[in-house]
Amino acid sequence: MIKAVMVMNTQGKPRLAKFYDFQPVEKQQELIRSVFSVLCSRPENVSNFLEADSFFGPESRLVYKHYATLYFVLVFDSSENELAMLDLIQVLVETLDKCFSNVCELDIVFNYSKMQTVLDEIVFGGQVLETSSSEVMKAVEDISKLDAASNSISLVPKSVSGWRGR
Amino acid sequence: MNPFSSGTRLRDMIRAIRACKTAAEERAVVRKECADIRASINENDQDYSHRNLAKLMFIHMLGYPTHFGQMECLKLIASPGFPEKRIGYLGLMLLLDERQEVLMLVTNSLKQDLNHTNQYIVGLALCALGNICSAEMARDLAPEVERLLQFRDPNIRKKAALCSVRIIRKVPDLAENFVNPAAALLKEKHHGVLMTGVQLCTELCKVSIEALEFFRKRCTEALVRTLRDVANSPYSPEYDVAGITDPFLHIRLLKLLRTLGHGDAEASDNMNDILAQVASKTESNKNAGNAILYECVQTIMSIEDNGGLRVLAINILGRFLSNRDNNIRYVALNMLMRAMTVDTQAVQRHRATILECVKDSDASIRKRALELIYLLVNESNVKSLTKELIEYLEVSEEEFKGDLSAKICSIVEKFYPEKNWYIDQMLKVLSEAGNYVKNDVWYALIVVITNAPALHGYSVRALYKAFQTSSEQENLVRVAVWCIGEYGDLLVTNTGMLDLEDTITVTESDAVDVIEIAIKHHLSDVTTKTMALIALLKLSSRFPSCSERIQAMMVQHKGSLFLELQQRSLEFGSIIQKHQNIRPSLVERMPVLDEATFSGRRGGSLPTSVSTSGKASLNIPNGIAKTVAAPLVDLLDLSSDDTPAPTSSSTANLLQDLLGVDSTLSSAEPGNTMQPSKAGADILLDLLSIGTPAPLQNGSNSMNGDLLSTQVNKSPVSSLDTISLPSSVSVQPSLGPPSSMMDLLDGFGLTPPESVTEEKGSEYPPVVAFESGSLKIVFDFSKKPESPQMTNIVATFTNLTPNTFTDFLFQAAVPKFLQLHLDPASSNTLPASGNGTITQTLRVTNSQHGKKALVMRVRIGYKVDGKDASEEGHVNNFPRSL
Repeated sequence: MIKAVMVMNTQGKPRLAKFYDFQPVEKQQELIRSVFSVLCSRPENVSNFLEADSFFGPESRLVYKHYATLYFVLVFDSSENELAMLDLIQVLVETLDKCFSNVCELDIVFNYSKMQTVLDEIVFGGQVLETSSSEVMKAVEDISKLDAASNSISLVPKSVSGWRGR
Repeated sequence: MNPFSSGTRLRDMIRAIRACKTAAEERAVVRKECADIRASINENDQDYSHRNLAKLMFIHMLGYPTHFGQMECLKLIASPGFPEKRIGYLGLMLLLDERQEVLMLVTNSLKQDLNHTNQYIVGLALCALGNICSAEMARDLAPEVERLLQFRDPNIRKKAALCSVRIIRKVPDLAENFVNPAAALLKEKHHGVLMTGVQLCTELCKVSIEALEFFRKRCTEALVRTLRDVANSPYSPEYDVAGITDPFLHIRLLKLLRTLGHGDAEASDNMNDILAQVASKTESNKNAGNAILYECVQTIMSIEDNGGLRVLAINILGRFLSNRDNNIRYVALNMLMRAMTVDTQAVQRHRATILECVKDSDASIRKRALELIYLLVNESNVKSLTKELIEYLEVSEEEFKGDLSAKICSIVEKFYPEKNWYIDQMLKVLSEAGNYVKNDVWYALIVVITNAPALHGYSVRALYKAFQTSSEQENLVRVAVWCIGEYGDLLVTNTGMLDLEDTITVTESDAVDVIEIAIKHHLSDVTTKTMALIALLKLSSRFPSCSERIQAMMVQHKGSLFLELQQRSLEFGSIIQKHQNIRPSLVERMPVLDEATFSGRRGGSLPTSVSTSGKASLNIPNGIAKTVAAPLVDLLDLSSDDTPAPTSSSTANLLQDLLGVDSTLSSAEPGNTMQPSKAGADILLDLLSIGTPAPLQNGSNSMNGDLLSTQVNKSPVSSLDTISLPSSVSVQPSLGPPSSMMDLLDGFGLTPPESVTEEKGSEYPPVVAFESGSLKIVFDFSKKPESPQMTNIVATFTNLTPNTFTDFLFQAAVPKFLQLHLDPASSNTLPASGNGTITQTLRVTNSQHGKKALVMRVRIGYKVDGKDASEEGHVNNFPRSL
């Protein structure tokens, strides 16, 4: 089971954090901080895996990938395949790339709820739901369309252009 | 309504937060936003609740409290519009958890939405349920989810499958309802649905044995077929990850097969072929391919035995080890570690590759490889592996040396074929990484050296040579100093040369130079310096020519700020100056340290022989020699405990010196006085240990106490004689200022009479230890004469009420200087009105016997008419002399 998905920038600011076993807010922040403090001190060209027992309890492992200014982090237990989790990060990033055409940190900051939707279409309650980024894209676009359609008939013009407005 | 009343748009808020330069500024912005949102919520401003919640989620991510938005989520979920529902469900997943009671309110909305005509709304509800479902919700909503497993849209089916996973995790009883729909999902063509269906089956197998049996019988062959189809399927860009078709589906299928094959030979047999195919055909140049291989290896390892496949699997891991990708090497090492339990021989074949991984540039890979190598070492390969590891120790990074040297030491200690080799390897480790080595390692080295008389000369010469090149490694210096102190004469005379040795010329003053360097080195700590002082004392007698120089060195420390150093330098100084005639015998060589006891101690288990040896010696006069070794080792071990190190280790050293006294005695009067004089040493040891402020919880100390009293009882005259006679002859005439040794002997003169008088009064009157309105406890005391520290107490309980006490339980607590042992009580029912009693025996050992009286807290619990009652009390009216 996947325990948490985190995206943070190289300054340690969280950009996306989803915990599949509940953690109170303070604990979440503490975990993000402690994971970041380990990641930022990792040298280049070492493995992408970390033992996460000290943060997330026994048998938990952590895999991360570093893209430009962002760290993508997955925390999971022993029932998941580490190498597959690495690929899952790849799927997530590819999907975001398709969503925002060349994703950068700002896209993620300003489209928080879309990020959440994308993630929900890939990881569902701690399990892998879908690994084809085109399938994910399709589902996300359907939802966006529906959202935008309802917005346009809504009385208050909440946004100018669908997602980005919020 | 004023459109500006509810503050900024989400985008503007994010901008404002990003513009903050300090954390304080950020807090201020967030506080203002939160205030606005609260106000808006209080006004029940429906139009903005959507935006407010979006903001709150962002604020939540930054780590601020957002509980006030929880009800807002529920409102949004209950509203009819899709965007509101969507954001409401997002908020629900982020801001709430299954433990909160608010969730109860959402069950109904979820139920409605699961039955909604809009499939996207159904999707939202499923997603929320999959994330936050509680056991209660699982029971309420399971039928809906079960139905959705057959929904027309595949997106809903796969979500429903994973939602079912969550449901059966929460309520395993529901598993049986899902078995059939799950089996149907295995026939799916849609990759996503198939994958989640397989996941659901795996989960069902985990929670229910019936489900496992069902799938094993009905589905194994179909799953094998599916895996074959997936493995052979042509390239499909949709599910492609880096050129491999749908690795995730592969992995899920392999995992389910693993569950089915584990513990079942027939099912395992069915999947052999496909596993062999996947293991041999999958491309291994991409991460995705390796992920499949890795999963396949795990499956092969856990299904029923098939030798051929296992070799194939371990060979795959061997190939992984030489992969350039760090991640692959990392997982391979992890897996090999697990494979060790299955097939050690197959792993052994990859030893060379694993050894290469110990030298990896990635610290986590190094660490793992080292652990694996540690498991692979045995008698036959210890020499070659140790050689490789030590060579690597020389070039490894500083932060790795600690781990590496610890492992090398442990390997060498465990498997060494001969002592000679052991000493060589230890010296290499100490020279390379002495500062990283734990104390017990070099203690052990000293114990081994003393136990190998033939190697004394060799060891001291090797240490001398090692010291010349590695004097900055403190632990090496300590061993060198100790050995030169003990065996310095062998160093100078080149005694006991081994064939492989080259002769070296070391003069007496060269040997003293070593000690001088050690004592003057700015990095040397108190322990090293105290050891050096002892070595000097010993050398002053072995090398009379250097005596004056040594004395000058001693003098330099008499002003030391460390009490320990100051005291030693003064006392040793006066021994060198004023007690020339007894000095040689004072600084005799250490008796051999008992290896078995030491290693037993290190292992953390106190061998029983230590505690019994004291008693054994009572009956067998010649058995004494053995018991002398044991307490010494105990004392040596005292310093390896993490109690204040300098003082306790110095006691040990002092004792070693004092032991020199007793060997003089025995050499002065060889033959018949041997035994009593050894006993004298024990008495001295005992005196010293009484004198030390260290807490005497150690079993060895109380044993010494036993020894003391028994010796006094059995042959008080002879032991007193042997102690006092030579010392009065040799010391008294030259007695100027009272030296510490004299103090000790004086003390000795006083102590025995005391203990003898204590011995006499072995009859003690019974004591009413506790009395209340309902209960009376009487203590009867008895003592065995040979163990004055131990008191047997028979407690008698009497019920003073007209009601019977049941479940009677007596508990007692004592302070640290006492040890308490409670025997079982005679009964747990106490008859009413004193018509019978319960007795229970307590044994108390007083380590401060003669100094502190017994004291005890008691607590009695029982039931009267089924009701619990308890009483407590403090017993301090024990007879003084217990």
